[in-house]
Amino acid sequence: MTINITMAVMLAGLYSIGFYLLMQRSLMRVILGIVILGHGANLFLQVAGGPPGEPTFVGTAAVEAMVDPLPQALALTAIVITFGLTTFLLALSYRSWALLGHDEVQDDVEDRRVAEAELAEREIEDEAAEAERVAGFEAPEAPEAGPGQTDEEAGVR
Amino acid sequence: MAIVVHFALAAVLPLVARRYGRAAFVVGALAPAGTLVYALARAGEALADTPPLETAAWAPAIGLEFTARFDELAVLLILLISGVGTIVLGYYAGYAKVGDHRTAARDSALLVTFAGAMLGLVLADDVLSLYLFWELTTLCSFLLVGGDGLRKRLRQSATQALLVTTFGGLAMLLGLVLLGTAAGTLRISEILADPPGGGVVTAALLLILLGALTKSAQVPFHPWLPSAMVAPTPVSAYLHAAAMVKAGVYLVARFSPAFADHPAWWIPVVGCGLWTMLLGGFRALRQYDLKTLLAYGTISQLGFLMVMLGIGTWMSALAAGTLILAHGLFKSALFLTVGIIDKRTGTRDIRELSGLGGRWRVLTTLTTLALLSMAGLPPLLGFLGKEVALEALLHGGPVDMVACVGVVAGSVLTVAYSLRFLRGAFARKPDVAPPPSVPCGRVMTALVAVPSLAGLVLALAPGLIEPIEAGYADRYGSDPGYHLALWHGFTPPLALSVGIVVAGYLVHRYAGLQRLGGRVPSGLQAQNWYTASVDGLEHVAHGVTGRTQVGSLPVYLGVILTTLVVVPGAGLLAGGVEFGALRLFDNGLQVPLAVLVLAAAVTSLVARRRLTAVLLTGVVGYGIGAWFVVDGGADLALAQFLVETLTLVVFVFVIRRFPPRFTQNREYIPGRWVKAVVAGVAGTFVAVLAVLYSGYTHGMPEASREYIERAEDETGATNVVNAIIVDFRAFDTIGEIAVLAVAATGAASLILARSRKRTGGDGTSDEPGVAEGTDPVGGRDEAEESGDAGAVRSARARDTGPGDGPEPEVTS
Repeated sequence: MTINITMAVMLAGLYSIGFYLLMQRSLMRVILGIVILGHGANLFLQVAGGPPGEPTFVGTAAVEAMVDPLPQALALTAIVITFGLTTFLLALSYRSWALLGHDEVQDDVEDRRVAEAELAEREIEDEAAEAERVAGFEAPEAPEAGPGQTDEEAGVR
Repeated sequence: MAIVVHFALAAVLPLVARRYGRAAFVVGALAPAGTLVYALARAGEALADTPPLETAAWAPAIGLEFTARFDELAVLLILLISGVGTIVLGYYAGYAKVGDHRTAARDSALLVTFAGAMLGLVLADDVLSLYLFWELTTLCSFLLVGGDGLRKRLRQSATQALLVTTFGGLAMLLGLVLLGTAAGTLRISEILADPPGGGVVTAALLLILLGALTKSAQVPFHPWLPSAMVAPTPVSAYLHAAAMVKAGVYLVARFSPAFADHPAWWIPVVGCGLWTMLLGGFRALRQYDLKTLLAYGTISQLGFLMVMLGIGTWMSALAAGTLILAHGLFKSALFLTVGIIDKRTGTRDIRELSGLGGRWRVLTTLTTLALLSMAGLPPLLGFLGKEVALEALLHGGPVDMVACVGVVAGSVLTVAYSLRFLRGAFARKPDVAPPPSVPCGRVMTALVAVPSLAGLVLALAPGLIEPIEAGYADRYGSDPGYHLALWHGFTPPLALSVGIVVAGYLVHRYAGLQRLGGRVPSGLQAQNWYTASVDGLEHVAHGVTGRTQVGSLPVYLGVILTTLVVVPGAGLLAGGVEFGALRLFDNGLQVPLAVLVLAAAVTSLVARRRLTAVLLTGVVGYGIGAWFVVDGGADLALAQFLVETLTLVVFVFVIRRFPPRFTQNREYIPGRWVKAVVAGVAGTFVAVLAVLYSGYTHGMPEASREYIERAEDETGATNVVNAIIVDFRAFDTIGEIAVLAVAATGAASLILARSRKRTGGDGTSDEPGVAEGTDPVGGRDEAEESGDAGAVRSARARDTGPGDGPEPEVTS
């Protein structure tokens, strides 16, 4: 049973906003993004339950008129776990704030280092190539044959 | 059996060495010596029509087994491996430094392991164990060349040997597996008995050859061998002259009887072989280091062996068999001689040696014998081998003639560098002061004598080894009635031999020719290719990492989201999509709720104040709760309202500590738009998925129906959702409680850890990130914190407490 357009628009909106917040630099916004994504996901779970119906209290309605209880039970679990996750993330952001003085998502230092070394290396190579062009190219000697040493000089024939 | 003995002995050798030092080498020599005796005793069986076969199940479930097959080729190689192994281990006992127990322990154990691995390699009759032993020898070589790994030169050489041979080894594994699949069996003897054909086999053969050519240091993979000469001389003598580099030759020899006619087999083998033979000899002419000279000589000789095996006739196989043995004997003798010279005089540079010939007469004589064998002069085994080789090549087609010219030229170079070795090592040079007079050592000289004299004895009595080689050669066709002998009368090969010796002497004599020797343009030097390819690989790895791992979380997320859209999206488009009939809404209340929720969510995006954003998110949560009510999920809505309230409370407690506004956005505007587009597309895509998914659900599933029907009878609850949570799926709920407990513990520990540091109050912060005074914002926070730390802490403790509180409240 295809869902209605309102539901689809709401899912699209919640997920888009959640994704966008997730890509922000502020840790607090990232957490809000996760909360909103959580709402979207809970809503998505209800897609499996079909269109709206009667609450699942035995005896109050016919079974056919009721909504599917299973997605509801799963969503209930999800809601509570989202709460636990949010609490934990908040504690993390609080600690980041307390230790670092900001709650920004920083770039990975090691990755930046590799990237910068790569960049610097390329520059050095360019400079070296330039210097070589200026100085004139000299062919390297074979490692085992010392420059200028012939057999006569070595006393061997 | 013998293989196991080797490995077991290798395992105990370090203990022996710790106690008795270099005597461990002598103990280690027992293993190859025993193998030699045992192999000779059973050699008769190997020559029988059906050689002995031993099979041990390895992993029977997947058809893996280890099969040892003891045939003529194996006997030939075992003579070499075990014979030279015994000599080298005995020699190492005299060569090793007295008192260096660590080196003795390592090298003796590794050498014996290596001998065992070589033994396994030549005995193995299934391709997988062949590969296993093959790589084991590579590893031993790496460790032996690397030594203690303290010097850069050692490490570089060892790494080069490892990289090149393992590259070939992996190619070979692929080739062997392809060949085994094509043939339908992993047993080498069965593959050879009924060789498969087709395009796959061509690829497989080329891959296997890659392994053989790298292992046997054929052009263009040869530079690792001269580099590996930094290893101790006995190691070089054994691994890099007699045994390990023969593994590639062995592999070619093993497969040649079946594939010698295959163009993908003989063209690379003969081509690379000839090229290698000439280049190796050419380079050897210019070496000053005796060991490097021998290394290039080895490369050249290995090329020679390859050519003979690639030709693939009865005669050439006989030549190859004889030469394998001859080369193993004379080359090990020569290496051991270099070892003595190096150890006694402290140098092995031609330019610094003088007058040793007069002082060490016995050693000089023995070395001369080995050199004569190398140069292919009578009455030595090398001469026999070369005679057969020339005889084989002279009576063939155009390819054989080309090979013949190459072999003759290579032999001329061989004579020339043999003379260079002789003169360089032993001759008196007028302008070089002779090194200090020291005796050369009787025991070590005696050990040089063994392989050196063996070359002479076997040449005088070729009947001792001929049955073995002829047995191998019989696989290429019938016996044309040729026998190894020193004298065949005045034949074309004899004439060629004389010519080769004269030409070799002339090449050696005339400096003008020699100055040319060994000069190879740097662009063609394979060592430079190796360095360039290794450097290039590192460069590419660095470049790829530097470009893709930018370290920015938003970028990574963006990539993930784009992939999420592109990959399944492409699948959906390819699969054809059908949307069912869409309704605007199911319940009139849904529309205003959706407007409310979306409006709150969008506003939270642009909110500058933290509290505003949090409150707006709360509105979203309550809106969703209301939606649940409309949808018919009473419990769900209840939980949502409760949790949303708690979340808000926790948020408010935390953002109290933060500045009221979000940190100013530093990012540039286009970046923001890219993010918005990516997020929007991904979100829409999720919604499309939801629509598509819902189109495939029809009514309530069977499980849910059962839950509703059984709820009251089995759990006594009329609320089905509750029944599911606390009864039907109670384990889920236990997991949920566990998650909450972990989250609460984590949150509490994160906050309490800080409190402890505060109350410790020693002023020295152990956390590097705290920059008090340097960061104005942080400093303000610290000051504030110290004021009401106690109050904040207790408040925090209270609001993390409810973290696991709502759980029973919600589910009950």
